[in-house]
Amino acid sequence: MGKIEWAMWANEQALASGLILLTGGIVGVAGQFAGWQFAAYGVAAGVFVCLLEYPRGRRAKGTSVERTGQYCLTVCVKAFGPITRNYYVRAFLHAALCVPGGFMLATVLGCVCLGIASLIYLLAAIRGEQWLPILPKTETREKPRESIKEPPQNPPPRPPADLRRKRLEDVEGAAYVNPIPVTGSED
Amino acid sequence: MPQCVQECVHVQAWFQATCCIRTHSAFRLQTLSELLVTWCPSESMGNWIIDHGPSALILLVWTGINTFLFVYFYLFYDRGDRFFYTRHIIGSALSWARAPAAVLNFNCLLVLLPVCRNLLSLLRGSFVCCGRSLRKQLDKNLTFHKLVGYMIGLMTAVHTIAHLFNVEWFTRSRQGGFDILSTTLSRLGELENETYLNPVRDPNATPTYVAFTTIGGLTGVIITLALILMITSSMEVIRRSYFEVFWYIHHLFIIFFAGLVIHGAGRMVRSQTPTNPPHNFTVCKDQPLEWGKVPECPIPQFAGGFPQTWMWVIGPMFLYLCERLLRFIRYLQSVTYRKIIMRPSNVLELQLVKRGFKMEVGQYIFMNCPAISQLEWHPFTMTSAPEEDFFSVHIRSVGDWTEKLIKMLEQLPEGAQGPKMAVDGPFGTASEDVFDYEVSVLVGCGIGVTPFASILKSIWYKFKQSSPKLRTKKIYFYWLCRETHAFEWFADLLQVLEKEMAGRGMEDFLTYNLYLTGWDENHTAHVTVHFDKDTDVVTGLKQKTYYGRPIWDKEFQEIRKENPTSGVGVFLCGPETLAKTLEKKCVKYSDVDPRKTNFYFNKENF
Repeated sequence: MGKIEWAMWANEQALASGLILLTGGIVGVAGQFAGWQFAAYGVAAGVFVCLLEYPRGRRAKGTSVERTGQYCLTVCVKAFGPITRNYYVRAFLHAALCVPGGFMLATVLGCVCLGIASLIYLLAAIRGEQWLPILPKTETREKPRESIKEPPQNPPPRPPADLRRKRLEDVEGAAYVNPIPVTGSED
Repeated sequence: MPQCVQECVHVQAWFQATCCIRTHSAFRLQTLSELLVTWCPSESMGNWIIDHGPSALILLVWTGINTFLFVYFYLFYDRGDRFFYTRHIIGSALSWARAPAAVLNFNCLLVLLPVCRNLLSLLRGSFVCCGRSLRKQLDKNLTFHKLVGYMIGLMTAVHTIAHLFNVEWFTRSRQGGFDILSTTLSRLGELENETYLNPVRDPNATPTYVAFTTIGGLTGVIITLALILMITSSMEVIRRSYFEVFWYIHHLFIIFFAGLVIHGAGRMVRSQTPTNPPHNFTVCKDQPLEWGKVPECPIPQFAGGFPQTWMWVIGPMFLYLCERLLRFIRYLQSVTYRKIIMRPSNVLELQLVKRGFKMEVGQYIFMNCPAISQLEWHPFTMTSAPEEDFFSVHIRSVGDWTEKLIKMLEQLPEGAQGPKMAVDGPFGTASEDVFDYEVSVLVGCGIGVTPFASILKSIWYKFKQSSPKLRTKKIYFYWLCRETHAFEWFADLLQVLEKEMAGRGMEDFLTYNLYLTGWDENHTAHVTVHFDKDTDVVTGLKQKTYYGRPIWDKEFQEIRKENPTSGVGVFLCGPETLAKTLEKKCVKYSDVDPRKTNFYFNKENF
């Protein structure tokens, strides 16, 4: 499981807030509630937050699962570079976006949710997380190294590194015995 | 599947809920339509009913009750004469708020039950007579919990939206924004010997003020927020990868239920009460200004409805409290370490002993190590056989909790007892079906091999004791995985079995095939170098590892050839796509003649 990436939860929370803000806005406008202009703002802000938050960021470790059809939005969000990458920006953006929602009841819930999302994003930003796009992997071939200057540390035949049963630090019990002690060149 | 291997919290942890052990149908949200889709023509209707009948029936009953409650309460508030004046102000939003409320009551009653795991174990124990298919329904508890959770979310949305309209229209009516009747109704309660209808008492109040100053409004906002946080933090990506976030945030349910119980205490939904002489709204609604002045139209009186939610949820809340108390008692019971073994690739094997602990194959336990965290319980599938005098789990270092545990135990001196450990369980229906077939084909994918450790051991013990419970004569074991090094402990187990069987001249009792699906040139070169060795280079077993995926047609044909007259049970612990393939193959290679080879597919046993 490893380290908690708070941004992942912040993203879920912000997306839900966007939807709640949007719903509240639609209700306010459709019902022509008092101060429905704030509801109209809620619709706009809700749509914006949803679009911004729909593309899920890449996890630092492990597999990242995309949301259905997020590719186009990923590209769009990625295009803004550091503005969308930095979670401090998101935290403050959401904090600012949620304020007008507090002026009418229909959007209050969306406003508070977005405020909470903003706090989680702030936590994520403080812990040094940032938004990275999930993009299809491009095949990268490792370039062959320039030249071999040192004697081989593990003379063949040897098992592939990832299948070696004994750990490296356990030299004694390693699967093979070096015929001569090997040291790196000192120069 | 590959995802499972990487994402699983521990070797076994939580994949009861999310990953492979119970994968596919058992723990995925199964809607009725999905159930119908999985019914394929090659499978007979009879089989379908046996496999999915109980789940479908439960879903049907649940949907039926929900629909009934919604419709009944919608009509109750939409038609009821007592609510005529209430409806005059807020219209059908009254019914649209009350109908979901009734459904919410019912679902809040249900949502706690599937997570009372000890209660479920108790039920499971008392259902012994009722057959396995019924007991297996209890293993789908988390699917049901999720389903109920989604229903609560949906109904909360409807309920909240309806109340937004209610609050808006009550306030507007209080300010005199509608017709004379509404204004008159809203002003009731200003004088003595009047009772109010409109819960908005202050003519200058805004909807937001009303929502935050009434019991119903404030608790509603708080518990909706709690619910939203619980839902967002229990999305699959969070639950799988950052279990602690999910686990701790989900405890907001305490606030949720506390708020829910007092939500109705404000008695804001008001209805007309009988007066003497009676106030007949059909006559009086057109002359509100004459109320109290003419004898046939006295001033109408109103009263709030009796709060009901607490009656719905108090029982399950009590049961859940008992459940948590029982967990606390389990937490206090002592568990001793029999052996602590470090396996290669950072896998820890714990052999534990607890008084009065009895297990069956394929079951799991929850473990709590107070030295790491007092609150976290982590699930692990047991890898020991019931015949052994201890129970064991294999823990792989993949998360904070497992890492800390392994570090702590590594620093222990030889033979010392580890830190205090609490064990709750065992849970889950035993997978004893395996013993019922003459020939068993076991297919494990990646992490899905874990329950087979217990099963293989148990089969071997039963075989040695020539137990009458065991009918198995032959086992084919297929192990498919992308990379084996995390599961070397399993290879070790196989090695031990292999040696024991060879010692008794029983080499052909167990045939196992390992398939490495994630291989590259690196492996190929390595295998080429060692091809002449007796044991496999990857696992050190006599059986060489295959590369790629098994060709099932070939495998099934061979099994049929080798066992021309047997019933063959096929057991899978792996992804849904493979389940479908195997299911089809089972149908394809089964003989029409019941005396010849027949394949029976089982996928939900683990």
